[in-house]
Amino acid sequence: MKAKVSVTLKRGILDPQGLAVLHALSSLGYTGVNDVRMGKLIELELATHDQAGAEAEVKAMCERFLANTIIEEYRIELEA
Amino acid sequence: MTAPLRVGILVFPGSNCDRDCQYAVTQVMGTKADFIWHKESTLPQVDAVIIPGGFSYGDYLRTGAIARFSPVMAAVTRFAEAGGVVLGICNGFQILLEAGLLPGAMLRNRSLSFVCKDIHVRIESTDTPFTRRCKPGQVLTLPIAHGEGNYYADQATLTRLKAQNQVIARYCTEDGKVTLEANPNGSLDNIAGIVNDAGNILGLMPHPERCADALLGNEDGRLLLLSLLDSLSSRIPVSVQRAR
Repeated sequence: MKAKVSVTLKRGILDPQGLAVLHALSSLGYTGVNDVRMGKLIELELATHDQAGAEAEVKAMCERFLANTIIEEYRIELEA
Repeated sequence: MTAPLRVGILVFPGSNCDRDCQYAVTQVMGTKADFIWHKESTLPQVDAVIIPGGFSYGDYLRTGAIARFSPVMAAVTRFAEAGGVVLGICNGFQILLEAGLLPGAMLRNRSLSFVCKDIHVRIESTDTPFTRRCKPGQVLTLPIAHGEGNYYADQATLTRLKAQNQVIARYCTEDGKVTLEANPNGSLDNIAGIVNDAGNILGLMPHPERCADALLGNEDGRLLLLSLLDSLSSRIPVSVQRAR
């Protein structure tokens, strides 16, 4: 089973990288973009096939290590 | 006669200021220095611990995120919880934040650039083991060299830091004004260094060990190192110093 974890800065915390990309998009003529948030994608190959167990385990990994929840939020997607 | 003072200096894969710290400890403070490898799970008999600058574990994931789980950090946490004096410089500060020994977190510099230059900081509290030789409001010139020094804490934490005089140094102009222009990295409230609420752990982005010798043209870092020496020599528990 695969888990994809995306980690981005929390809403309300300035993301200068996202802002730079937003400005670049706008200068390329893509003026319909309201906001850009940059982040990290972490792909995990898991040994288990137990969906619920995997979700709990990856959540624990995020809380403890993969994300710093003072500044970041994370999203977990599981693929069978 | 009491045993000579010993300062432990942690060494991670990617530390690069450990030798500078050793020089500062032995030549400026005149005390013994012990390098402590990150895989050690206990500390030797030391009076203080320095977590030096560098790029521990390549700064992978987040600065300090991997180092904080190294065996030696568990030992440092026990040492700090027992009142031991800990100084984290630059990457050392980042590790202390990730370890939860200091509140808040580091974001990338607002400019997205690595900033390596001399800056000015105003000493906001002299009531710590690290700043007792400074005058209140004294401006020091110190070098910084980091890409992630943009300190962040939520509003409640910031309020508490200020109320308890835990903000030790703030980026300022040469004449001591804390301004937006004097802030090199976007740090919240121009924060360059904070202590924990007990006052025995300092995290500092600038590098005092790089400016503690006349040969290098700037000795402002000596004030902080000699403050630490005084504190260790007096062997007065930090809690007593802070309570006054």
